[in-house]
Amino acid sequence: MSAWLAPIRALVGGVLIGGSAALLLLGAGRIAGITGIVGGALRARAGDLSWRLWFLAGLIGAGVVLGRVWPAAFSGQLARPGWWSAGAGLLVGFGTRLGNGCTSGHGVCGIGRLSRRSIVATAVFMLAGAITVLVVRHVRGAP
Amino acid sequence: MMRRGTIAGLMLFAGALFGLGLAVSGMTQPAKVIGFLDVLGAWDPSLAFVMLGAIGVYTAAYRGLALKMPRPLFAPRFSLPTLTAIDAPLLAGAAIFGVGWGLGGFCPGPALVALGAGAPAALWFVPAMVVGMLLHRAVRPGFDP
Repeated sequence: MSAWLAPIRALVGGVLIGGSAALLLLGAGRIAGITGIVGGALRARAGDLSWRLWFLAGLIGAGVVLGRVWPAAFSGQLARPGWWSAGAGLLVGFGTRLGNGCTSGHGVCGIGRLSRRSIVATAVFMLAGAITVLVVRHVRGAP
Repeated sequence: MMRRGTIAGLMLFAGALFGLGLAVSGMTQPAKVIGFLDVLGAWDPSLAFVMLGAIGVYTAAYRGLALKMPRPLFAPRFSLPTLTAIDAPLLAGAAIFGVGWGLGGFCPGPALVALGAGAPAALWFVPAMVVGMLLHRAVRPGFDP
Protein backbone atom coordinates (compact mmCIF):
# COMPACT_ATOMS: atom_id res chain seq x y z
CA MET A 1 0.00 0.00 0.00
CA SER A 2 1.33 3.43 -0.91
CA ALA A 3 2.38 5.56 2.00
CA TRP A 4 -0.34 8.14 1.38
CA LEU A 5 -3.14 5.61 0.95
CA ALA A 6 -3.26 4.37 4.56
CA PRO A 7 -4.01 7.77 6.14
CA ILE A 8 -6.63 8.51 3.46
CA ARG A 9 -8.29 5.13 4.01
CA ALA A 10 -8.19 5.76 7.75
CA LEU A 11 -9.77 9.20 7.34
CA VAL A 12 -12.52 7.93 5.00
CA GLY A 13 -13.23 4.99 7.33
CA GLY A 14 -13.35 7.39 10.26
CA VAL A 15 -15.88 9.59 8.46
CA LEU A 16 -18.08 6.50 7.84
CA ILE A 17 -17.80 5.51 11.52
CA GLY A 18 -18.62 9.06 12.61
CA GLY A 19 -21.56 9.12 10.18
CA SER A 20 -22.92 5.90 11.63
CA ALA A 21 -22.55 7.23 15.18
CA ALA A 22 -24.28 10.46 14.10
CA LEU A 23 -27.21 8.41 12.71
CA LEU A 24 -27.65 6.69 16.07
CA LEU A 25 -27.51 10.03 17.88
CA LEU A 26 -29.83 12.01 15.61
CA GLY A 27 -32.20 9.16 14.72
CA ALA A 28 -32.51 7.27 17.98
CA GLY A 29 -30.80 9.47 20.57
CA ARG A 30 -28.35 6.68 21.32
CA ILE A 31 -24.58 6.53 21.87
CA ALA A 32 -22.83 4.35 19.28
CA GLY A 33 -20.67 2.56 21.83
CA ILE A 34 -20.13 -1.05 20.83
CA THR A 35 -19.42 -2.10 24.43
CA GLY A 36 -22.62 -0.51 25.69
CA ILE A 37 -24.69 -1.94 22.84
CA VAL A 38 -23.38 -5.50 23.37
CA GLY A 39 -23.48 -5.23 27.17
CA GLY A 40 -27.07 -4.01 27.08
CA ALA A 41 -28.03 -6.81 24.71
CA LEU A 42 -26.62 -9.37 27.17
CA ARG A 43 -28.89 -7.96 29.86
CA ALA A 44 -31.94 -8.12 27.56
CA ARG A 45 -34.40 -5.69 29.16
CA ALA A 46 -37.83 -5.65 27.51
CA GLY A 47 -38.19 -2.90 24.89
CA ASP A 48 -34.45 -2.21 24.92
CA LEU A 49 -33.21 -5.24 23.03
CA SER A 50 -34.29 -5.20 19.40
CA TRP A 51 -32.47 -1.99 18.33
CA ARG A 52 -29.25 -3.43 19.76
CA LEU A 53 -29.68 -6.69 17.86
CA TRP A 54 -30.43 -4.88 14.59
CA PHE A 55 -27.28 -2.76 14.96
CA LEU A 56 -25.14 -5.82 15.76
CA ALA A 57 -26.69 -7.70 12.83
CA GLY A 58 -25.58 -4.86 10.56
CA LEU A 59 -22.10 -4.76 12.11
CA ILE A 60 -21.47 -8.52 11.95
CA GLY A 61 -23.32 -8.77 8.63
CA ALA A 62 -20.93 -6.20 7.15
CA GLY A 63 -18.12 -8.55 8.17
CA VAL A 64 -19.84 -11.53 6.55
CA VAL A 65 -20.18 -9.66 3.24
CA LEU A 66 -16.77 -7.95 3.33
CA GLY A 67 -15.03 -11.19 4.26
CA ARG A 68 -16.20 -12.58 0.93
CA VAL A 69 -15.86 -9.59 -1.39
CA TRP A 70 -12.82 -7.91 0.22
CA PRO A 71 -10.82 -10.44 2.26
CA ALA A 72 -7.76 -8.13 2.22
CA ALA A 73 -9.59 -5.96 4.79
CA PHE A 74 -8.98 -8.82 7.25
CA SER A 75 -5.34 -9.46 6.42
CA GLY A 76 -2.78 -8.61 9.08
CA GLN A 77 -4.04 -11.13 11.61
CA LEU A 78 -1.58 -11.89 14.40
CA ALA A 79 0.10 -15.28 14.46
CA ARG A 80 -0.85 -16.00 18.05
CA PRO A 81 -2.37 -19.08 19.69
CA GLY A 82 -6.10 -19.19 20.44
CA TRP A 83 -5.61 -18.89 24.19
CA TRP A 84 -3.78 -15.60 23.63
CA SER A 85 -6.72 -14.16 21.67
CA ALA A 86 -9.16 -15.49 24.26
CA GLY A 87 -7.17 -13.87 27.07
CA ALA A 88 -7.15 -10.57 25.21
CA GLY A 89 -10.91 -10.84 24.63
CA LEU A 90 -11.55 -11.56 28.30
CA LEU A 91 -9.62 -8.43 29.35
CA VAL A 92 -11.33 -6.30 26.70
CA GLY A 93 -14.81 -7.51 27.70
CA PHE A 94 -14.28 -7.00 31.44
CA GLY A 95 -12.35 -3.76 31.12
CA THR A 96 -14.74 -2.06 28.72
CA ARG A 97 -17.71 -2.81 30.97
CA LEU A 98 -15.86 -1.69 34.12
CA GLY A 99 -14.76 1.51 32.36
CA ASN A 100 -18.15 2.06 30.69
CA GLY A 101 -16.89 2.17 27.12
CA CYS A 102 -14.33 1.41 24.47
CA THR A 103 -12.83 3.05 21.41
CA SER A 104 -16.23 3.95 19.98
CA GLY A 105 -18.23 5.06 23.04
CA HIS A 106 -15.37 6.92 24.76
CA GLY A 107 -12.97 7.51 21.87
CA VAL A 108 -15.45 8.82 19.30
CA CYS A 109 -18.80 9.71 20.90
CA GLY A 110 -17.46 10.77 24.30
CA ILE A 111 -14.63 12.90 22.94
CA GLY A 112 -17.05 14.34 20.36
CA ARG A 113 -19.26 15.46 23.25
CA LEU A 114 -16.17 16.76 25.12
CA SER A 115 -16.88 14.41 28.05
CA ARG A 116 -14.05 14.63 30.60
CA ARG A 117 -14.57 10.97 31.56
CA SER A 118 -14.18 9.87 27.95
CA ILE A 119 -11.12 12.02 27.29
CA VAL A 120 -9.42 10.56 30.38
CA ALA A 121 -10.52 6.99 29.56
CA THR A 122 -9.24 7.27 25.99
CA ALA A 123 -5.86 8.57 27.18
CA VAL A 124 -5.63 5.70 29.69
CA PHE A 125 -6.53 2.86 27.31
CA MET A 126 -4.22 4.21 24.60
CA LEU A 127 -1.36 4.49 27.08
CA ALA A 128 -2.06 1.01 28.48
CA GLY A 129 -2.21 -0.39 24.94
CA ALA A 130 1.08 1.27 23.98
CA ILE A 131 2.82 -0.01 27.13
CA THR A 132 1.47 -3.51 26.49
CA VAL A 133 2.77 -3.52 22.92
CA LEU A 134 6.10 -2.19 24.15
CA VAL A 135 6.41 -4.99 26.69
CA VAL A 136 5.24 -7.76 24.35
CA ARG A 137 7.16 -6.70 21.27
CA HIS A 138 10.36 -5.25 22.66
CA VAL A 139 10.96 -6.81 26.03
CA ARG A 140 9.56 -10.28 25.51
CA GLY A 141 10.58 -10.27 21.84
CA ALA A 142 7.35 -11.68 20.41
CA PRO A 143 6.38 -10.54 16.88
CA MET B 1 -45.16 0.09 14.71
CA MET B 2 -43.90 2.30 11.92
CA ARG B 3 -41.43 3.90 14.33
CA ARG B 4 -40.22 0.47 15.45
CA GLY B 5 -39.65 -0.55 11.83
CA THR B 6 -37.87 2.73 11.15
CA ILE B 7 -35.54 2.20 14.11
CA ALA B 8 -34.81 -1.38 13.00
CA GLY B 9 -33.89 -0.24 9.49
CA LEU B 10 -31.84 2.67 10.81
CA MET B 11 -29.92 0.39 13.17
CA LEU B 12 -29.25 -2.25 10.53
CA PHE B 13 -27.93 0.41 8.15
CA ALA B 14 -25.90 2.20 10.84
CA GLY B 15 -24.37 -1.09 12.00
CA ALA B 16 -23.35 -2.00 8.45
CA LEU B 17 -21.98 1.50 7.86
CA PHE B 18 -19.97 1.26 11.10
CA GLY B 19 -18.58 -2.12 10.02
CA LEU B 20 -17.68 -0.83 6.57
CA GLY B 21 -15.94 2.17 8.14
CA LEU B 22 -13.88 -0.09 10.40
CA ALA B 23 -12.83 -2.26 7.45
CA VAL B 24 -11.97 0.70 5.20
CA SER B 25 -9.97 2.37 7.96
CA GLY B 26 -7.78 -0.68 8.63
CA MET B 27 -9.07 -1.26 12.16
CA THR B 28 -10.00 -4.87 11.27
CA GLN B 29 -6.28 -5.70 10.79
CA PRO B 30 -4.86 -6.40 14.27
CA ALA B 31 -1.26 -6.12 13.05
CA LYS B 32 -2.00 -2.57 11.89
CA VAL B 33 -3.57 -1.69 15.24
CA ILE B 34 -0.50 -3.07 17.02
CA GLY B 35 1.64 -0.91 14.71
CA PHE B 36 -0.38 2.14 15.78
CA LEU B 37 0.16 1.31 19.46
CA ASP B 38 3.88 0.60 18.90
CA VAL B 39 4.79 4.24 19.54
CA LEU B 40 8.42 3.57 20.46
CA GLY B 41 8.94 0.98 17.71
CA ALA B 42 7.99 0.94 14.03
CA TRP B 43 5.15 3.36 14.70
CA ASP B 44 2.35 3.49 12.09
CA PRO B 45 0.44 6.68 12.97
CA SER B 46 -2.11 6.38 10.14
CA LEU B 47 -4.91 5.08 12.40
CA ALA B 48 -4.95 8.44 14.19
CA PHE B 49 -6.85 9.65 11.12
CA VAL B 50 -9.70 7.27 11.99
CA MET B 51 -10.33 9.18 15.19
CA LEU B 52 -9.84 12.49 13.43
CA GLY B 53 -12.51 11.70 10.83
CA ALA B 54 -14.95 10.06 13.23
CA ILE B 55 -14.68 12.72 15.95
CA GLY B 56 -14.94 15.49 13.35
CA VAL B 57 -18.21 14.18 11.91
CA TYR B 58 -19.61 13.31 15.34
CA THR B 59 -18.76 16.69 16.86
CA ALA B 60 -20.52 18.43 13.96
CA ALA B 61 -23.62 16.23 14.41
CA TYR B 62 -23.67 16.75 18.19
CA ARG B 63 -22.91 20.48 18.35
CA GLY B 64 -24.53 21.49 15.08
CA LEU B 65 -27.71 19.38 15.21
CA ALA B 66 -28.40 17.24 18.29
CA LEU B 67 -28.04 20.04 20.84
CA LYS B 68 -30.62 22.07 18.90
CA MET B 69 -33.16 19.25 18.55
CA PRO B 70 -35.88 18.79 21.21
CA ARG B 71 -35.75 15.04 20.64
CA PRO B 72 -34.24 12.55 18.17
CA LEU B 73 -36.01 11.99 14.85
CA PHE B 74 -37.42 8.55 15.63
CA ALA B 75 -37.30 8.24 19.43
CA PRO B 76 -39.01 10.07 22.31
CA ARG B 77 -35.80 11.30 23.97
CA PHE B 78 -32.01 11.38 23.88
CA SER B 79 -30.41 8.63 26.00
CA LEU B 80 -26.97 10.10 26.73
CA PRO B 81 -24.51 9.31 29.54
CA THR B 82 -24.97 11.33 32.72
CA LEU B 83 -21.90 10.21 34.71
CA THR B 84 -19.23 12.87 35.23
CA ALA B 85 -16.93 11.50 37.98
CA ILE B 86 -13.44 10.35 37.03
CA ASP B 87 -13.36 7.41 39.43
CA ALA B 88 -11.40 4.22 40.02
CA PRO B 89 -13.67 1.94 37.92
CA LEU B 90 -13.27 4.24 34.91
CA LEU B 91 -9.48 4.32 35.21
CA ALA B 92 -9.08 0.62 36.05
CA GLY B 93 -11.51 -0.45 33.33
CA ALA B 94 -9.80 1.68 30.68
CA ALA B 95 -6.39 0.31 31.73
CA ILE B 96 -7.56 -3.33 31.61
CA PHE B 97 -9.18 -2.72 28.21
CA GLY B 98 -5.98 -1.12 26.95
CA VAL B 99 -3.91 -4.16 27.96
CA GLY B 100 -6.31 -6.51 26.15
CA TRP B 101 -6.31 -4.20 23.10
CA GLY B 102 -2.51 -4.22 23.02
CA LEU B 103 -2.38 -8.02 23.35
CA GLY B 104 -4.97 -8.88 20.69
CA GLY B 105 -5.07 -5.84 18.41
CA PHE B 106 -8.87 -5.94 18.58
CA CYS B 107 -11.28 -3.56 20.26
CA PRO B 108 -14.93 -4.70 20.43
CA GLY B 109 -16.26 -3.29 17.12
CA PRO B 110 -13.55 -4.60 14.79
CA ALA B 111 -13.62 -7.95 16.62
CA LEU B 112 -17.32 -8.34 15.78
CA VAL B 113 -16.76 -7.40 12.11
CA ALA B 114 -13.85 -9.86 11.94
CA LEU B 115 -16.08 -12.50 13.54
CA GLY B 116 -18.53 -12.05 10.66
CA ALA B 117 -15.64 -12.45 8.22
CA GLY B 118 -14.57 -15.65 9.99
CA ALA B 119 -11.13 -14.45 11.11
CA PRO B 120 -9.82 -17.26 13.38
CA ALA B 121 -8.55 -14.92 16.12
CA ALA B 122 -12.01 -13.32 16.39
CA LEU B 123 -13.59 -16.75 16.88
CA TRP B 124 -11.56 -16.95 20.12
CA PHE B 125 -11.65 -13.28 21.01
CA VAL B 126 -15.40 -12.52 20.79
CA PRO B 127 -16.76 -15.39 22.95
CA ALA B 128 -14.11 -14.57 25.58
CA MET B 129 -15.08 -10.88 25.37
CA VAL B 130 -18.72 -11.80 26.07
CA VAL B 131 -17.57 -13.93 29.02
CA GLY B 132 -15.58 -10.93 30.31
CA MET B 133 -18.69 -8.74 30.09
CA LEU B 134 -20.79 -11.32 31.93
CA LEU B 135 -18.02 -11.67 34.52
CA HIS B 136 -18.18 -7.93 35.13
CA ARG B 137 -21.91 -8.18 35.71
CA ALA B 138 -21.38 -11.07 38.13
CA VAL B 139 -18.78 -9.26 40.27
CA ARG B 140 -20.42 -5.81 40.11
CA PRO B 141 -24.16 -6.39 39.98
CA GLY B 142 -26.09 -3.16 39.64
CA PHE B 143 -23.24 -1.39 37.87
CA ASP B 144 -24.27 -2.51 34.42
CA PRO B 145 -25.59 0.58 32.67
